[in-house]
Amino acid sequence: MSKKENAPIRIVLAKLGLDGHDRGLKVVARMLRDSGMEVVYLGLRQTTEMVVTAVEQEDADAVGISMHNAGHLTLAPRIVKALEDAGLDVPVVVGGIVPESDLEAMAEAGVAGVLGPGSSAEDVATCVREAVAARGE
Amino acid sequence: MASEDSTLISLVEKASEGDRRSVGRLLTLVERGGYSAEQVAEATYTLSGNSHVIGITGAPGAGKSTLTACLARDLAVSEYKPAVLAVDPSSPLTGGAILGDRVRMEEASEAGAFIRSMATRGHAGGLALAVPGMVRVFDAFGFNPIIIETVGVGQVEVDVASAADTVVVVVTSGWGDAVQANKAGLLEIADLFVVNKADRPGASDARRDLELMIDLSQITGQATRRPDIVMTTATEGEGLDEFTKAIFEHRELLFGGEQISIRRSKRWKAEVRSRLDYLLSEVAKESIENLEEKKSSSPGSVAREIAENLLKKDEL
Ligand code: B12
Ligand SMILES: Nc1nc2c(ncn2[C@@H]2O[C@H](COP(=O)(O)OP(=O)(O)O)[C@@H](O)[C@H]2O)c(=O)[nH]1
Ligand SMILES: [Mg+2]
Repeated sequence: MSKKENAPIRIVLAKLGLDGHDRGLKVVARMLRDSGMEVVYLGLRQTTEMVVTAVEQEDADAVGISMHNAGHLTLAPRIVKALEDAGLDVPVVVGGIVPESDLEAMAEAGVAGVLGPGSSAEDVATCVREAVAARGE
Repeated sequence: MASEDSTLISLVEKASEGDRRSVGRLLTLVERGGYSAEQVAEATYTLSGNSHVIGITGAPGAGKSTLTACLARDLAVSEYKPAVLAVDPSSPLTGGAILGDRVRMEEASEAGAFIRSMATRGHAGGLALAVPGMVRVFDAFGFNPIIIETVGVGQVEVDVASAADTVVVVVTSGWGDAVQANKAGLLEIADLFVVNKADRPGASDARRDLELMIDLSQITGQATRRPDIVMTTATEGEGLDEFTKAIFEHRELLFGGEQISIRRSKRWKAEVRSRLDYLLSEVAKESIENLEEKKSSSPGSVAREIAENLLKKDEL
């Protein structure tokens, strides 16, 4: 069933595990709200299962994970795979501290976009919008 | 439309088999309105009507999510299959929203409660149309009870109250001023008051104020049944047993007699009313778009003329 164009994008935002840097996630939540999206905010200490459950029940269009504890190379692919396994066709975007040398590995793992410190509100909204649009095709 | 119809049938089938993702999709279709929403409404109408619908309202920060989470968790742990519909306001400027109620509902979710967040999405009558439809989706697929959490502001509150069987109004010690203006409205809709944050000073004063307010309304005859009051400290789990007990008592009261059919018939009428309002406002919008200003006619007379013409239409 085709998505209706005028419905706002719904995105689930979370931080995984014990990584306590939630300032960035809160900023991103406001940026996305101000660009007209509906943000389902999960906050800190989420597990892969909790994110999958939220996407399923909220019928989200995208998942955004914020990562600052150098766990992105294991955790991001795990989320992508868990969503796939659950039959949920939604893009995953990542922000926070991801060294440039890891960008290729992230893309290979199926992460739709990665943003780092200093990203503007427009960067953030565009990243999510493009990731969602790419899935819709 | 044919392929949409077959997708819909398969979604309904899978949802009946307990597939939660299909329930999630159906909720989205209802929320978006339009043709698909009406199809879902038709498909779920005859399957629904069995669930107890609880509305929880009150000022932002009163503790609605915390209470809802505890209730949903406790119910999910025992023999129930609860669902939560958590409503937050959309930004009037951008239409976006931060839906943060899930943060407090982790345990409830892990215990098996189905939690869905939704934004008010500004459009006129939107909530009044979408909420009963979404509640019906939960109802049709065996979720019971269904808890609606909403911010206590004006029309939203009234819309949600008319979608629920049991309405809980959550207040805290500082409630007086905020609620003062809307006293009568709150008393009319409340079946149960919760004074939350009982750990804070002033909670017993809040309770006394509430009692007085209810006494007054009983004398002036506004309210029919005296709403119960329970004191809770949701964050400590205190008073939660009384809270749950009061909700169950109200359910017994409703379902034990003919109260429920009175209330359901009110709900049914309220929904017809909001659908009618919506249809009429849509045709009104159409008529206004093509209207040219006639200086010689007063706006009132033009409106009346349009309405008279519309009423002669065979089909909307
Ligand atoms: C503030 C801060 C803290 C605060 C966090 C407060 C909080 N509640 O968030 C405190 C003091 C608690 C803290 C603690 C620690 N920190 Co610290 N911290 C920082 C610091 C200085 C700034 C982070 C920040 O808030 N930036 C502001 C926000 C707005 O920016 P942002 O998060 O980058 O978000 C932007 C983008 O990345 C992107 N984005 C972010 N998330 C998302 C998500 C999506 C979906 C999208 C699209 C975009 C997006 O958009 C945002 C807007 O531009 C950084 C250094 C730095 N320059 O980044 C270190 C840093 C992140 N911390 C670090 C470390 C090591 C720690 C500690 C382990 C230190 C220690 N030894 O105790 C602890 C760990 C605590 C824990 N439990 O996790 C390291 C991480 C190293 C790494 N990953 O390789 C950093 C990089 C410092 C460094 N150079 O070493 N920290
Ligand atoms: N002291 C105290 N704080 C509470 C209590 N119940 C909730 N809170 C806190 O009040 C804040 C708002 O709670 P929340 O459930 O989100 O309120 P809502 O906006 O009505 O949904 C949170 O920080 C809660 O932890 C309580 O009984 N006592
Ligand atoms: Mg809340």
